Amino acid sequence: MSETLLLDSKSIHLLLHRLANQLLEHHLNFSETVLIGLQPRGIYFANRLGGLLREEYGIKDLSLGYLDITFFRDDFRRSQEPLKANKTKIDFLVENKKVVFIDDVLYTGRSIQSALSAIQSFGRPKAIELLVLIDRRFSRHLPIQPNYTGRQVDAINQERVKVCWKENEGEDAVYILNNTL
Amino acid sequence: MSQLSAPHLLGIKNLTESDIQLVFETADQFKEVLGRSIKKVPSLRDVTIANIFFENSTRTKLSFELAEKRLSADVINFSAGQSSVKKGETLVDTVNNILAMKVDMVVMRHHHAGAAMFLSKHVKASIVNAGDGAHEHPTQALLDAYSIRERLGDIAGKRVLIVGDILHSRVAFSNIFALQKLGAFVTVCGPQSLIPRYIEELGVEVALDFDHALKKADVVNMLRVQNERMEYSYFPSTREYVMQYGLTSERLGRLDHIPLIMHPGPINRGVELSSEIADSSDAIILDQVENGVAVRMAVLYLLASAM
Repeated sequence: MSETLLLDSKSIHLLLHRLANQLLEHHLNFSETVLIGLQPRGIYFANRLGGLLREEYGIKDLSLGYLDITFFRDDFRRSQEPLKANKTKIDFLVENKKVVFIDDVLYTGRSIQSALSAIQSFGRPKAIELLVLIDRRFSRHLPIQPNYTGRQVDAINQERVKVCWKENEGEDAVYILNNTL
Repeated sequence: MSQLSAPHLLGIKNLTESDIQLVFETADQFKEVLGRSIKKVPSLRDVTIANIFFENSTRTKLSFELAEKRLSADVINFSAGQSSVKKGETLVDTVNNILAMKVDMVVMRHHHAGAAMFLSKHVKASIVNAGDGAHEHPTQALLDAYSIRERLGDIAGKRVLIVGDILHSRVAFSNIFALQKLGAFVTVCGPQSLIPRYIEELGVEVALDFDHALKKADVVNMLRVQNERMEYSYFPSTREYVMQYGLTSERLGRLDHIPLIMHPGPINRGVELSSEIADSSDAIILDQVENGVAVRMAVLYLLASAM
């Protein structure tokens, strides 16, 4: 298995700032916007972005939650691996708010489809946007596109994108793993 | 681990500690779902579940049905009283006829111990035991242990006292197995005539003096005297039973610390529990009922994921 470094810590730092600025441009003071990290891996990215907005861009009242989509997935009883649920933490209202879903990798789009169904349990948002660190374009099963993208990647199907965060893997980095080599 | 070790839930005895922890962790997420404005998830939308009740039930039947509906399963209900069982149809024939209508899971309550196990060997469906005779009532034990965990944190090392009609109680047996697997110390207490012989072999302590046993308890689970299962009188009078084994404010007032008070329902007010205690904040009886739906959702979800 080969491993190619796609983004190092410095590139990720720059991307986070760029994405934070793009969000600011569209959502100003975030009074009508909530950020939702998608479990399990989108939450590290969401926390990082949320921290940046609070600490470096002075957004004081930022609503940041986590959404688990396990019970809404379309591959329940079809996947080889049993699906284990994670914690959902949304302690604010999404009714009539602009929701930004945050995930690390956009691949087939099925997780986002599940998230679109899952968020309805919490109310009817005014609009929903999608922010991803890595967009694996050309791999989509559904007509879903991100509004904000860190980096687009043309990875082939045998390849896997691995996103590491200091909080859980000890470093900020994105690798492309190829199982065929 | 993210899968149960068995394809059916027949009893707690067959489960491992990790199975129980997995049910709890999954139930935690379903409890969160039940707090949302829309309390439904689509996980079991392609699963059909038959609730087959050969014995009366209020809580368990409603709780299972609600859990199934919250998971988006299709549900059919069957009560033996209004069925061809009265015409002499056997259990396996009844269930196979229901399964021929493309049913995937069966939740069954039956008056004979071992009925769920028997069914699991003869029909092709995932079986959930909702109570079989005086044998086991696994989902009740899971929701009881889950409710203790919710209030007291870790169950390991806690002292749980089960009081009353142990002899006829499937709740007592399932609770003993579940609590012991989770590391609790279990004591059973009641009139000698309602304590099964050799129950010590299960590793539980037997106490006949309720007041003495209460002093050491972190949790007290009060069971109902099951008059409908008694062929003859097991104690001289209800009054004497209440005096010796009824939980009253007077009895609790003599304690240094008040244990968590539980009851699987239905309560005989004024017998095993005084009304005052049943309605007090130390009793978590309605929390148990609320947790029952989340725990049953977890059980059905985990069993369905392995089908």
